[in-house]
Amino acid sequence: MVTDKPDEKTIWQWLDAVPDPEIPVISLIDLGIIRDVQWRDDTLEVTVTPTYSGCPATRIINLDIETALRSHGVEKIALKTQLSPAWTTDWLTERGRKRLEEYGIAPPQPAGGPSHCPLCKSDRVERISQFGSTPCKAQWRCQECLEPFDYFKCI
Amino acid sequence: MSDPLFEFLCRMGDNTLVLGHRVSEWCGVAPVLEEDIALANTALDLIGQTTLWLNLAGEVEGKGRDADALAFRRDVWDFHNVLLVEQPNGDFGQTIMRQFLFDAWHRGYLTALTGSSHTQVAAIAEKSLKEVTYHLERTTDTVIGLGDGTEESHKRMQSALDRLYPYIGEMFFKDAVDEAMISEGIAPDPTSLRAAFDSLLDEVLAKATLTRPDGTFAHKGGKSGQRHSEHLGHILAQMQWLQRAYPDATW
Repeated sequence: MVTDKPDEKTIWQWLDAVPDPEIPVISLIDLGIIRDVQWRDDTLEVTVTPTYSGCPATRIINLDIETALRSHGVEKIALKTQLSPAWTTDWLTERGRKRLEEYGIAPPQPAGGPSHCPLCKSDRVERISQFGSTPCKAQWRCQECLEPFDYFKCI
Repeated sequence: MSDPLFEFLCRMGDNTLVLGHRVSEWCGVAPVLEEDIALANTALDLIGQTTLWLNLAGEVEGKGRDADALAFRRDVWDFHNVLLVEQPNGDFGQTIMRQFLFDAWHRGYLTALTGSSHTQVAAIAEKSLKEVTYHLERTTDTVIGLGDGTEESHKRMQSALDRLYPYIGEMFFKDAVDEAMISEGIAPDPTSLRAAFDSLLDEVLAKATLTRPDGTFAHKGGKSGQRHSEHLGHILAQMQWLQRAYPDATW
């Protein structure tokens, strides 16, 4: 039970500790899907935008947000879905992009493909498929170290 | 006629639902793993878009129906998708050709819808457009790759095009629902999008070394719901049986 409402900055910090369910090295904040956090009387309103319209992780993410906020004592939570402006990979944080690369997932590039292999850093890379294991990723391969890797699609 | 806005939203959602279901039939049986994943992802996007369109349709209707109720508890005559999307998968080439023709129409239509006077329609279009642009990029590449591929792949792509060509016209056909949407600034005039579609089609077919069939005949009846092909009933029988047999079942 919280007697004083925690300020919005604290809420953002709490949400920054919630990992993406499919790529746990980045947080929901890194992913850029939390668009707004504000109190309306005693209800905490969190605005979330989906990455892809059919992404099955969206429901898990909403559940994780609620669980995290409840564990900090917030009792009344309203989750709002916002479609417009549509999510873009430009909203990934710098830290998120760095963590993706360290994890072996090439971060999105405006050129439409990874600049280099996240493992051996070679720029000799080729596309295997425009789609991958989750809606947000594509499959690429390094021609130098021959390892396949995920590329975070740029949208 | 029922509320034209409800009708329009059902058309949008029914197109993506029926095609999404069709494409999902490839899950686990596509020619190679990468294509299997790509088709499953495409289907997932389409089903996601369906949820957005049909939930809004239910909201507009105001009778307490949500996307699930509209997807699982309507029968053939209440589905208003174009005939193209209910056509059987055929071989991989036919599936890709069907997807390309739909994607090309879909991208043009959604682009126009982003300027809709209806805020929620514009927002769904904006969201969907990103996904659909990606789909079109892939199907364009694949149509070209297979058309201008081996003798066998070329032959299959040409026969897929010949078979599906008469289903293009319905996507650009205008009726009273469209007139109502145009007059309210909610949706574009479908006939106005044909020229851009045709030039894209010509460009891609040329690169794919495929020949555009002659003729202007168009099968119609899906969008209006008056005359679906026999295939839709079979799709619904498979898609809806669980909710029909065990209403409100969840897991």
